[in-house]
Amino acid sequence: MTAPAPEIETLEDAARRARRDAPYLEVQEVGKQFGSFVALRRVNLEIRSGEFVTFLGPSGCGKTTLLRGIAGLDPPTTGRIMQGGRDITHLPPAERDFGIVFQSYALFPNLTVAENIAYGLRGAAWPKARRRERVAELLSIVGLADQAPKYPAQLSGGQQQRVALARALANEPGLLLLDEPLSALDAIVRQHLRQEIRSLQQRLGVTTIMVTHDQEEALGVSDRIVVMSRGRIEQVGTPAEIYDNPASPFVAGFVGHSSRIEAVVDTPPGIIIASGMKLVAEATRPLLYGARVTCFIRPEHVRLARLAEAPEGALSAVVTGLEYLGPVVRLSLEAGPLRLLAAVSPGEFAALEAAPGAAFAVTLPPEHLMVFVEDV
Amino acid sequence: MRRLALIAIALAGVLPAAAQAQQRTRLTVYTALENEQLQPFKQAAEAALRDVEIAWVRDSTGVITARLIAERANPRADVVWGLSVFSLLQMEGLDMLEPYTPAGADALRPSMRSDRSPMTWTGMDAFVSAICFNTVVAQQRNLPRPSTWDDLLNPAFRGQIVMPNPNSSGTGFLTMAGWIGRRGEAGAWDFMTRLHDNIQQYTHSGSAPCNNAARGEFGVGISLDMRAVTLRNQGAPIEIIVPTDGVGFDLEATAIMRGTRNLDAAKRLADFAVSRAAMTVYGRFYALLALPGVDPSVQGYPAEFSQRLVDADFRAIALQRDRLLRDWSARFDGKSAPRN
Amino acid sequence: MSEAALPVVGSRPRLSADQVAMRAGLWLAVAFLALFLVLPLGTLLMRAFETPQGGFAGVANFRDYASTPALLAAAWNSLWTAALTAVVVVPLAFLYAYGLTRSCMPAKAAFRAVMMLPLLAPSLLPALALIYLFGNQGMLRGVLLGHSIYGPIGIVVAQVFYCFPSAALILAVALSTADARLYEAASALKASRVRIFRTVTLPGARYGLVSALVVVFTLVMTDFGIPKVIGGQFPVLATDVYKQVVGLQNFNMGAVVGIVLLAPAVLAYLLDRWATRQRAATLSGRAVPLRPLPRRQRDVPLLVLCLVIAAVLVGIVGVAAWGSLIRFWPYNLSLTLDNYDFARFDASGWDTVWLSVRMATLVAVIGTVIVFIIAYVLERGAQDGVLPKLARFAASVPLAVPGLVLGLAYVLFFNHPANPLGFLYGAVAILVLNSLVHFYTVGHLTAVTAIRQLDPEFEAVSASMRVPVWVTFGRVIVPICLPAILEIAVYLFVSAMTTVSAVIFLYGPDTKPAAIAVVHMDEAGQASAAAAMAVVILGITTAAKVGQLAVGAVVARLTQAWRR
Repeated sequence: MTAPAPEIETLEDAARRARRDAPYLEVQEVGKQFGSFVALRRVNLEIRSGEFVTFLGPSGCGKTTLLRGIAGLDPPTTGRIMQGGRDITHLPPAERDFGIVFQSYALFPNLTVAENIAYGLRGAAWPKARRRERVAELLSIVGLADQAPKYPAQLSGGQQQRVALARALANEPGLLLLDEPLSALDAIVRQHLRQEIRSLQQRLGVTTIMVTHDQEEALGVSDRIVVMSRGRIEQVGTPAEIYDNPASPFVAGFVGHSSRIEAVVDTPPGIIIASGMKLVAEATRPLLYGARVTCFIRPEHVRLARLAEAPEGALSAVVTGLEYLGPVVRLSLEAGPLRLLAAVSPGEFAALEAAPGAAFAVTLPPEHLMVFVEDV
Repeated sequence: MRRLALIAIALAGVLPAAAQAQQRTRLTVYTALENEQLQPFKQAAEAALRDVEIAWVRDSTGVITARLIAERANPRADVVWGLSVFSLLQMEGLDMLEPYTPAGADALRPSMRSDRSPMTWTGMDAFVSAICFNTVVAQQRNLPRPSTWDDLLNPAFRGQIVMPNPNSSGTGFLTMAGWIGRRGEAGAWDFMTRLHDNIQQYTHSGSAPCNNAARGEFGVGISLDMRAVTLRNQGAPIEIIVPTDGVGFDLEATAIMRGTRNLDAAKRLADFAVSRAAMTVYGRFYALLALPGVDPSVQGYPAEFSQRLVDADFRAIALQRDRLLRDWSARFDGKSAPRN
Repeated sequence: MSEAALPVVGSRPRLSADQVAMRAGLWLAVAFLALFLVLPLGTLLMRAFETPQGGFAGVANFRDYASTPALLAAAWNSLWTAALTAVVVVPLAFLYAYGLTRSCMPAKAAFRAVMMLPLLAPSLLPALALIYLFGNQGMLRGVLLGHSIYGPIGIVVAQVFYCFPSAALILAVALSTADARLYEAASALKASRVRIFRTVTLPGARYGLVSALVVVFTLVMTDFGIPKVIGGQFPVLATDVYKQVVGLQNFNMGAVVGIVLLAPAVLAYLLDRWATRQRAATLSGRAVPLRPLPRRQRDVPLLVLCLVIAAVLVGIVGVAAWGSLIRFWPYNLSLTLDNYDFARFDASGWDTVWLSVRMATLVAVIGTVIVFIIAYVLERGAQDGVLPKLARFAASVPLAVPGLVLGLAYVLFFNHPANPLGFLYGAVAILVLNSLVHFYTVGHLTAVTAIRQLDPEFEAVSASMRVPVWVTFGRVIVPICLPAILEIAVYLFVSAMTTVSAVIFLYGPDTKPAAIAVVHMDEAGQASAAAAMAVVILGITTAAKVGQLAVGAVVARLTQAWRR
């Protein structure tokens, strides 16, 4: 006899529950090789339904390769990709459920805006009237209702980008892939558009993956950021996690500004020596004497005081350069061989009367020192 | 129903024509005859053989021979009518000709028909290498009228003579074979070496020397006699000189291709090609015919023309063709730097 | 961790309908190139290793040929006339193209049209014109200072005329894609004009220059028509092929020379590939197109130069056209239209012209479809594997194959009794296929250039919208490439109208093309009739070219909204 009926039912229930709670997109042990070049190494990632996830990293880190793997444009050499519980690893793009916007937009120059958007709306499911309705709807979503009869060449870069977005969304895909969608635009349009994309994504609730090398863009719009380097995922986390608790020296250095300090663990516990200067770093307490560490500190955490009011343990540093950025003033400092960046508010800046050549007392708050033990 | 009726009407219209077309056998005939000869020859043949249609493929001797040999595995021609016997001998060696003795072929001059039995080819007429002499240029440049080959060695002709390259052109080889036949090989090399000093160029085409002479580019072109006749008819101031010290000649001949799908019609065309009627047509263009007793009507040839032909064993010379051409090449081709 | 030690997933990726379509296309391309190029050519070239009786000869034929005294002379002559032609024609074409693209001289469209003249007529036409001009009875024979036009001078002059359009076309394309920002940067650095020309213009056109040199060199190496008619006995490799095949009916030796002739062409091809790779590295996606500003010191001399060149081109064609109206050069120069009554000279009469038009139309229609689809599949389909590479190489081979060699290869291959495609032989079909393959490379390169300018993600975007690749091909790719497609069609038409060497072995009793009739009439000493037929061909090809311009203008107007 086979197994008793009730037990089977429980299994089915479990499976159903598992499906409900399961992530929308799962990337399991995915690797990709081009000849002898390894573009992706055993990447694992889970993305929940409705999330906005950004792949962030320098060029050549594998972020676009991973996106194209998910799209089925360059299927991975190893591993598995699941979308909505379905193994899509080796499905051709046309049998998957996604829309995509490329850096170049790849708008069809010989078709009007309306024809571009309607391009994928074909077959019996899309009679003419319904198609026209859908195009009008999408045009109004992206705010181009009056541009329907124009050709892409007659539109601005930002407008073209919106057409590409509308076209990618036309089929109501479960997954929206954006491959550096903003990098061809100038700074102001970029900032504006990324917020638009974000709010549109939230309105439609479509799971979205965006590839970018612009950390500000990633921090600004993402639910979670996947930081990648040399074919590996370095860290997955919310923008705050990534910024405040980088998981690796790479993340700390790549995301946001920071000053890098090489140091050695000294005694008593919690003290490190960097270029002969003693610093307090609570995080090194458990480490062995003599261990090499790399520390990072964000400019906004560096505290400045006049030399006369120097707190205990402060370093003496000379201002070597300054950038007035509006909301903050960024100072380049040299404390002996250490080079530091500090950010102060304009008010503070005025109070300090800082100028190149002036010396200040600098404190690096131990709780803000991000410490990484160097690989042995 | 109406459609059926239409089809019936259409068929009724088409069928008689189709039947007629079917009655006539279409023979593909490869030839190197002159363009203007094609129409008279075709008309004569079709008049004699009412159920045969001649479809010509005409090109220069070299191209037609190369095509025939290239197509050897699957011959496209039914009959070759009007091609140099040198080419036919080459094809005979490759076993490409259908042996058949046409009715009446025995009456041909023995030297102008195949010596095999059954015959592999039958001659039509002889054509010779001759001198195309531009009388206007001769006057301008004070060139004496040559009447023998040796006259061409006169230094006055330096840079004024054009002849076909024997490696590229059958006419060139024919001319050379005539000299060899007349003077013996050593004598011929000696003659050619001295002639070489007067030659302006060896052309790749057999007809180019005469064409050039006709255009006044050069005073003397060594070419086929036929060529010269055509040009003079157009108004070129050229005289056709058949040297009195013996000329090489070639035969135009007919043969049936082995593997023809229309053997019966091909045989009947071969029969016609040696007939008196055919010879009369050839005689409009050629001075020496294969069938004795037919008077050629072509003008401008000396009466004793046939005596000027070199009496030599061309078949023997043809067998040595490769070696002779190689020698020729070594002597005159590579080092023939352009002279100005 | 070892980089290469990633475990491989067992399941094979499934092919999408798109991939199946592209793969089918690739196989079609491979089949087409194999059947109509590689196998025929292979059949012939195998002959180089056979004895005349069909036995295996090893390299004996090559040794034989190498010991021929004329070989070195012919090889050397081929090399230096080809090199000299290239060295003469490329700078001239460069200046002409420079005038067309980088100056503000007037009537650019007219200059562009005149530039194409030499391609529009059979090669006999310039040869005849040169004889009328510089021959011993020529109107301008004094110019040669007593030198003869028959020989290397005639070859180089005629080849310069013949190769000019090809070189000028390539260079005009190369010069029209300049990045204005480089020029601005150079002027900002206070570079002199000469220095800018040397450091910006020339390097920018480097690929075009190499390409033009290679194309001209290959064209001269493989052409036998011009050396045959005007070269006198000056031996070159291409006439060696003619000598072996037509003069001696020695196909084995012909094949040997054919292979020898391929060698420099293959070298040239490799050089071209190298230049292409160099270019890929320097191209910038965001170039700002350069718009020349009027400047008299540059525009006037360029205009004068272009006028002189255009006058020479028109003059040469004009002399031949006049030659078609005279009774008999040079003794009876009275004018007549009799030479156009072709039935007087050739039994087929005007039929050859209509046959040519029919054949060229078929070549254009069928050829354009095949060329474009194959180019598309090779450019946008899967790039991995050995097949696409082989197909791409095969597509570039025809440029280096002399027409005579290709024609002979077709006889041997298609006329073989065991060949199931034998039914093609003797009909118009074989002429069409042969011409198409003979002129394949240029059409292919034109298509590839157009396709490479397309956004590389069109197909990916379509796939994401579940639109099959063939729909995108029809709705997007073809409409965008329409000007290039038109260009290919007219190029094929014009080439098929004027070709001689490739089809001389292939025409049948009812399929004699007009260009062959031109050769026949010239051989028969009927130069004026030959010139007349050549002028008729020129008229038809010119009409096709003008038609292309007209259709192109209409297309441009209809599509100006979306073409940048």
